[in-house]
Amino acid sequence: MSKTQKDATAGSAAAAYNFAYLDEQTKRMIRRVLLKAVAIPGYQVPFGGREMPLPYGWGTGGIQVTASILGQNDTLKVIDQGADDTTNAVNIRRFFAVTANVRTTEETAEADIIQTRHRIPEEPLREDQILVYQVPNPEPLRKLEPRVVESRKMHAYAEYGLMQVKLYEDISRFGDISVTYDYPVLTNGRYVMAPSPIPKFDNPKMHDMPALQLFGAGREKRIYAIPPYTSVKSLDFDDYPFRPQEWEDVCGLCGADDSFLDEVILDDKGGHMFVCSDSDYCGKRRAAGHVGPMADDAAEAGYGSE
Amino acid sequence: MTHAPILQVEDLAKTFTLHTQGGVQLPVFDNVSFTVSPGECVVLSGPSGSGKSTLLRSLFANYLPDAGHIKVRHAGGWVDMVTAEPREILAVRRETMGYVSQFLRVIPRVPTLEIVAEPLLAQGVTRDEAEARARALLARLALPERLWSVPPATFSGGEQQRVNIARSFIRAFPILLLDEPTASLDQANRETVVALIIEAREAGTAIVAICHDAPVRDAIATSLFDVTEFAAAA
Amino acid sequence: MGVSEPLLTADGVTKLYPGGRVGCRDVSFNLYPGEVLGIVGESGSGKSTLLNCLSAKMEPTAGSISFNTRTSGLTDIFQLSEPERRLLMRTDWGIVHQNPRDGLRMGVSAGGNVGERLMAIGARHYGNIRQEALDWLTRVEIAEDRIDDRPRDFSGGMQQRLQIARILVSNPRLVFMDEPTGGLDVSVQARLLDLLRGLVRSLGLAAVVVTHDLAVVRLLADRLMVMKDGEVVESGLTDQVLDDPHHPYTQLLVSAVLQV
Repeated sequence: MSKTQKDATAGSAAAAYNFAYLDEQTKRMIRRVLLKAVAIPGYQVPFGGREMPLPYGWGTGGIQVTASILGQNDTLKVIDQGADDTTNAVNIRRFFAVTANVRTTEETAEADIIQTRHRIPEEPLREDQILVYQVPNPEPLRKLEPRVVESRKMHAYAEYGLMQVKLYEDISRFGDISVTYDYPVLTNGRYVMAPSPIPKFDNPKMHDMPALQLFGAGREKRIYAIPPYTSVKSLDFDDYPFRPQEWEDVCGLCGADDSFLDEVILDDKGGHMFVCSDSDYCGKRRAAGHVGPMADDAAEAGYGSE
Repeated sequence: MTHAPILQVEDLAKTFTLHTQGGVQLPVFDNVSFTVSPGECVVLSGPSGSGKSTLLRSLFANYLPDAGHIKVRHAGGWVDMVTAEPREILAVRRETMGYVSQFLRVIPRVPTLEIVAEPLLAQGVTRDEAEARARALLARLALPERLWSVPPATFSGGEQQRVNIARSFIRAFPILLLDEPTASLDQANRETVVALIIEAREAGTAIVAICHDAPVRDAIATSLFDVTEFAAAA
Repeated sequence: MGVSEPLLTADGVTKLYPGGRVGCRDVSFNLYPGEVLGIVGESGSGKSTLLNCLSAKMEPTAGSISFNTRTSGLTDIFQLSEPERRLLMRTDWGIVHQNPRDGLRMGVSAGGNVGERLMAIGARHYGNIRQEALDWLTRVEIAEDRIDDRPRDFSGGMQQRLQIARILVSNPRLVFMDEPTGGLDVSVQARLLDLLRGLVRSLGLAAVVVTHDLAVVRLLADRLMVMKDGEVVESGLTDQVLDDPHHPYTQLLVSAVLQV
């Protein structure tokens, strides 16, 4: 998407909306909830979620959080599965461009606020940045304990044996903990928390992160948070320690061996390649001269070019 | 040898009230008093229905008398079986007072040898020694060796009776209550059991028994106690 | 063993339901370590209400229930904070439910069911948890190769035995059993009772067993309470109450049992 397009739409529509779509009362309510969430790391705070002009599951929770913290001088980045150019990311970015007339960017380092669906950027975040997660299922115990009241008590009394049972079941059935995304974590040594469906590859980044992390679940109307520099531990067993995903391949385009890789099918003859899921990270590396083993093939196939 | 009594029965009375039969009162006995000392064997006498079994069961606290006391010397003190707490009664039954009925209350699935050795194991005797003593006793009672590893549920009456006796005699109870211990036994086994009873008595066990078989009674009794004298007025 | 101090004390326990209906009234007893108390009575006699009060599921209207906790002696269980009470319930206590569905996680493997209490109190070594689960499955006569099967694939008797293993793994001192053999075939009942009896004796467990089946208490219980219309009408040594019942209701109950 070109920047000129964004500016054109923003100018004409801005007057029709309150800044960042939500009314000021709602934003205040959400900010109060955010304060409480930050004060109790990992605790799910209920909030009066509003109807948003997009369906549940498309990031209504994240959008409301972003709308409540967005300032006129902020720069916003939105990613979906790590990429800035996927439908969900493009639409949300355009939404805020229209309703708040803020500057948007695809560069991680430039952003003040990054709203994300299912990834944490590869580039380390800073103290002056805020990461907003879109969360479909905020309750890590939901599938284990169907009774809501009971699961709240389990949180209240830190009774997390059942969570461990889930991991035990994985090892007994698959030989290892098979959870690869939304891998449960213990926040600040107290609350077990669902990190939204980020790959477990990203879990270690949450630990001691300089940036503030906010989580919004629109359908379930819950907000939770991890303040900067907070301990976030992925649950595991002493003899089956937590391990993030690893790949034998490197990114076909930029050659990175330290990023989360997506597999891309190239043809119907079994041809495939791995590329960074974080499009900004990959692009930066290529611009800096890194070349992956399949950069030429990809260019031929019309993939990975600007 | 004379010893202080280990069992003192004082003014015991028992009447059954059958509420399901319109509150019918069935008086059994009244004012029963006697004592038994170590080395004595008191055989209760009287015709069927005179209350011998009711008295014996009362001594074991299986029946609850209406009045009187049954004092048992236990763990350095006296326990009144009429008023004691259930757990005290169970302790007396575990350590002081054994009961041999005509019928074996079988514990399902447990092999015979285990049933017989169990009281010793409970006392902390090693498994090897407990099983060795159980084997010796079962052999003496002429229970066929092929039955030792089988639970006694399917045994004949005489075989079950002998398992019952073995279990009760494998350890020395200070007090033994015997209800027709030789009832379903043949002549040879009856003599073995009589010998066991006499050995126990001579080793200092106080015994109260019901025994209709005159020769057996004469062999084991040191005194008779006629229950009919204490029949309660109806 | 500290026999002099009771493990559980009920004092005047009364539960009235809205509308004044009596659940149970003025029930008092002391339960000592290693003692098994049977509570019998017909449906509606108040035995389940009493069990619910004793096991802290339901707060009585009047009276108190105290448990001899490891740390602070006899303590009113309703004076404990909820987390303390919940901790007690999954460590020192266990409940064997009549319906295994209430006591097991049907979607979790047998090993996970047994391991849960260990993990709940902080066990974090998979190998050790699994070994302990295997030990307990063996003790309740469930084949080791069923450890990864889910209880929904088990027979009723196996489900009950799994419930027992799931509880006993945390070395409880007190177990509540609600009709533990209800709904089982007679042959399966006998096996379960035999197992329970052995475990109760060898572990020195205290237990409260609620049942309408007199054969169950005859085999398991040291002492008995007979309930009718919410009140205890007779209590005492099990074989004494069953063989020489005094109260008209107990006599009726005992005489109603078919002799086999």
